[in-house]
Amino acid sequence: MTNIEELVKQQAEVHGKTRESLMPILQAVIRSERFLSEDAMVAIARELDISTADVFGTASFYTFMDTTPKGKNIIRICKTITCHMKGKDAVIGALEDLLKIKLGENTSDGRFSLLQANCLGWCHKGPVMLINDEVYPEVTPESAVEVIQGYLKQK
Amino acid sequence: MDNKIKKVDLIFEQVDYLEILDRSFRRTKDEIILDVIDSGLRGRGGAGFPTGLKWKFAKNEEADQKYVICNADEGEPGTFKDREILTQVPEKVLGGMALCGKSTGATRGYIYLRGEYNFLLPQLNATIDKFHEELKNMNFDFTIEIKSGSGAYVCGEETALMESMEGRRGEPRNKPPYPTTSGYLGKPTSINNVETLVFALMIANEGPTKFKEMGTFDSRGSKVFSVSGDTPKAGIYELELGMSLEDFVNEFGDGDTKAVQIGGASGFCVARKHFKETVIGFEGIPTGGSMMLFNSTRSMFNILNDYLEFFEEESCGQCTPCRVGCQQLLKGIEAVKKGIKPPSFLDELQKLSETMRIASKCGLGQSAPNPFNSIINNFREEIIY
Repeated sequence: MTNIEELVKQQAEVHGKTRESLMPILQAVIRSERFLSEDAMVAIARELDISTADVFGTASFYTFMDTTPKGKNIIRICKTITCHMKGKDAVIGALEDLLKIKLGENTSDGRFSLLQANCLGWCHKGPVMLINDEVYPEVTPESAVEVIQGYLKQK
Repeated sequence: MDNKIKKVDLIFEQVDYLEILDRSFRRTKDEIILDVIDSGLRGRGGAGFPTGLKWKFAKNEEADQKYVICNADEGEPGTFKDREILTQVPEKVLGGMALCGKSTGATRGYIYLRGEYNFLLPQLNATIDKFHEELKNMNFDFTIEIKSGSGAYVCGEETALMESMEGRRGEPRNKPPYPTTSGYLGKPTSINNVETLVFALMIANEGPTKFKEMGTFDSRGSKVFSVSGDTPKAGIYELELGMSLEDFVNEFGDGDTKAVQIGGASGFCVARKHFKETVIGFEGIPTGGSMMLFNSTRSMFNILNDYLEFFEEESCGQCTPCRVGCQQLLKGIEAVKKGIKPPSFLDELQKLSETMRIASKCGLGQSAPNPFNSIINNFREEIIY
């Protein structure tokens, strides 16, 4: 059994094998792998006894369920109007320079993905950045770079 | 604060929620529901359905299982109050859910929390564990579980939310049947916004009179506002309903406010010349709390463009008026701005937006025309030139 099959099996035991378990299982795979590979979706379909197309159809609906490979750390910058007004473009620019990638790309070492997101719910403290589940309100280009450098220092 | 703006402290006030529940559990379902109906409380998520009636409908259903859902899929641009409520007074939200469970006969509750708020999970789960212990001590059978979203605005629509909880694409269902008849897993479900549940708990605490005396005939009580944009006072404020937009801008504006977007991206844009006669409430312009202020340095084209991009991305794609309409409105204003289409093309787009309003399946496609028409009508020249 591959790692991913094992993870899916274990999650199906925790959440059950009914259709309502699909979201929590998909979310657990995302937490561990950052994206849903074909292998993962096939394993989930087999475990829940539904079609792979159904798994893909559900997953592809949700913005946070990527089906293409993503970096170990997913950086999301809020792009909605108030964060826009408070300078999210400058933050994105600074991170593009630091990571040597463009918006929507992954770093070649697979450590980071840089994405935009719709309203993250911090409009009074924009611009806001989400790294995986961690939130960083009121970032400046400088403070955002500092935060990412902190992640870079981690092994 | 300006005396025309009345600050209220019901939502964030620390109360003995167990004592309130203990008292409520001794009452009948009808007594609790009657208080909520009498208070005039309407849903605080934006749609404004009378909360007490919703509970009554769920109560009147015969079923082996009923559910309570707390809608914490707060995705409307410009609103962040539910996150703040869940951070500061989570036990009051749980208390409101138990109260709803008691009065409708539901024994299972779910919080649908948007994926963007996953960082709240450890603290919320700990609060839920403690709450379960406390309910057990009171011999009350009710459990709460969190279901997470994964970044889809449309899942804030109640039936899309239930589809998502059932492990499917978050595509809204046809209504009727309404959730109080056939909701989560086909069972009677009362689904309420985070803030609504806390107000219901406070009404159970103090009786309906105090709440009813605040606000206006159509908009009773107070409301938590999320204030953002060009304001020196961005943040969360609980205010009595029924104030004029002029009073609001005097309090929160930066002295140069040219427009306010009330109710988020799906709400209405009000220009300065209409501040005076605009009432914030169900008789005027309702809001789920989002108040975005814009000063004269802002381009209304950029603001509308931003909202339309948002809807174009977040439309679930299920029904044609919304899927195609959102794309065409966005492409259309870009074409007019670039001079590819004449200014009169905006009239065509407004006709299209009327079709969307009438023919879309859910609130997303029905309300995307709101910012479009209110911005075009007030700031047509900024869209063209």
